[in-house]
Amino acid sequence: MSAEVIQLSGVPTTQGVGVDKIAFPSREAYVSLVDSLRSGGFEMCVDLCAVDFQTHSGRTLPDAVAPERFEVVVNLLSLSTKRRVRVRVQVPESDPTLPTLFDIYPGTEAMEREVFDLMGIQFNGHPDLTRILMPEDWEGHPLRKDFASGRVPVQFKEAPGPR
Amino acid sequence: MTENEEYEIPARVIERPSWSTKETSEGAQEMILREDTAAKELGREAGAVLRLPEGPVLDLSQIDVDRPDDETMIINMGPQHPSTHGVLRLMLELDGEVILRTKTVIGYLHTGMEKTAEELTFVQGATNVTRMDYLSPMFNELVFALSTEALLGVEMPARATWIRMLMCELNRVSSHLMWMATNGMDLGSTSMMIFGFREREMILSFFEKTTGLRMNNNYIRPGGVAADLPDGWQDDIKVICETVLERTYEYDDLLTGQPIFRTRTEGVGGMTAEEALALGVTGPLLRSTGVPWDLRRAQPYLAYDELDFDVIVGTYGDNFDRYAIRLAEIRESIRMIRQIADMMPSGDFRVQDPKVTPPPRGRIDSSMEALIHHFKIFTEGFKVPEGEVYVPIESPRGELGCYMVSDGSAKPYRMHIRGPCFVNLQCLPLLLRGGLISDAVSCISSVDPVMGEVDR
Repeated sequence: MSAEVIQLSGVPTTQGVGVDKIAFPSREAYVSLVDSLRSGGFEMCVDLCAVDFQTHSGRTLPDAVAPERFEVVVNLLSLSTKRRVRVRVQVPESDPTLPTLFDIYPGTEAMEREVFDLMGIQFNGHPDLTRILMPEDWEGHPLRKDFASGRVPVQFKEAPGPR
Repeated sequence: MTENEEYEIPARVIERPSWSTKETSEGAQEMILREDTAAKELGREAGAVLRLPEGPVLDLSQIDVDRPDDETMIINMGPQHPSTHGVLRLMLELDGEVILRTKTVIGYLHTGMEKTAEELTFVQGATNVTRMDYLSPMFNELVFALSTEALLGVEMPARATWIRMLMCELNRVSSHLMWMATNGMDLGSTSMMIFGFREREMILSFFEKTTGLRMNNNYIRPGGVAADLPDGWQDDIKVICETVLERTYEYDDLLTGQPIFRTRTEGVGGMTAEEALALGVTGPLLRSTGVPWDLRRAQPYLAYDELDFDVIVGTYGDNFDRYAIRLAEIRESIRMIRQIADMMPSGDFRVQDPKVTPPPRGRIDSSMEALIHHFKIFTEGFKVPEGEVYVPIESPRGELGCYMVSDGSAKPYRMHIRGPCFVNLQCLPLLLRGGLISDAVSCISSVDPVMGEVDR
């Protein structure tokens, strides 16, 4: 791959600040796109996080992309060409699952666990998909927009219950 | 209770799993027994973390799955262990004194800061993020401010940019000094601990003079910095630079050439560049493996492209390299601070946009417009255009990124901080594998985790 062209094989893309390309693959094309970017010189997966767009549905997206409730955002970095690419995948509320990137970037292990823990998105094929930040017996996924802070009693192990 | 009454055992004690206790149990987050672990997962611990396209394929026959459980022991280290730098908890599987597997259990300091950020305006947000990485608060504020400004599209005055660089480099020195102190403490050098804290105090005093607070400064805000540098700041900087630089050579005498220190760090906790890249490790840990990746040089932000400095790299990727890199980075930062002090431009220390920057106190009494702006900014905050942005900077621990989504209101719709420690901690099982348990302390220290940022 030449350093000039980032091959994104028919996936809708946009430009952004501080990033060379923003790609919007479908869920089916997600892993193969990231895999081709990995072999195309993007050595590091810098960040993986998710956004819940439940209360902000009118966001700007390319025409070919249908907005869904969740969006998983992956930031990739190429150290050799000093480039960054962002991959944004739409994940529907009815089936919040996505294949794992662990086999391509082992460093996404903790990040995917964090997204699972706080946003409730399942990563199929992840070796150890357990809660990472919240207590094991916590109910719900706190970063979802319908998990409003201040409206639920704080849960703690062996707490005497709501006062 | 009378003597005749039998003591009733609480139900939860009876339910206790054989390998854990309920009181401290995090259930599935904990390390499980070898016989219950899949071979693929065991292989991950065995250095096959790296299933790179061109890398070696995991050979399952090499993994000792059938090892009887009574040969190994799972012990718990932390979360209150003094050398785990806060509330990091490690579960170690040991064969004698050799570590076979490690699992980090985190989340004991999780306070939901990303959720909190959605409730705070952009004006208030800096107060929240500064509490994440409490050893380098300036960097958290900077990354938050830069991402807000990228969405706003405002141009910073030169002096604001240079004051930010000055404070960040001072903060990098203080953070690395703190690391030198705790690392020395972990390896038994209490003198180093006292020295590190002593020098750091000078920098914190300067922070207090400038920002009003020693830590959690809330100094770098969207739109500039909170206040101009105090009178006579050049003299303070001169004294700090001279003293700290001189003292780094004392650290050389104390630690660098010391045989006990070298034996405990050289060749311990080795990592290769491929492993570091695959695990997303950044900062001094990545540079210790020989990859010259420093965002200040590779993707310059602020005005780092106008400064003359070296990117320090190591060779072996062991604990000694990481020590040497941090020590050399203190000297590089001092070199940068001296240049910044010489080149500091005059002018505004914050952007003169009444919609973003509150008016000075004096004008509120005389100008109705200023009063309205002041009231609006501190009640509603300023509105940020819709969009999303990811801004990375080089913190003392690696790439600190902020992914911010705005829906056009005065509060971030989503703010995610990519903490370098959170990602860097993933290399701990790799560093510890096959090492002695006494080296574990040295390895944890060399990763330099700050749990406030790991758990956020």
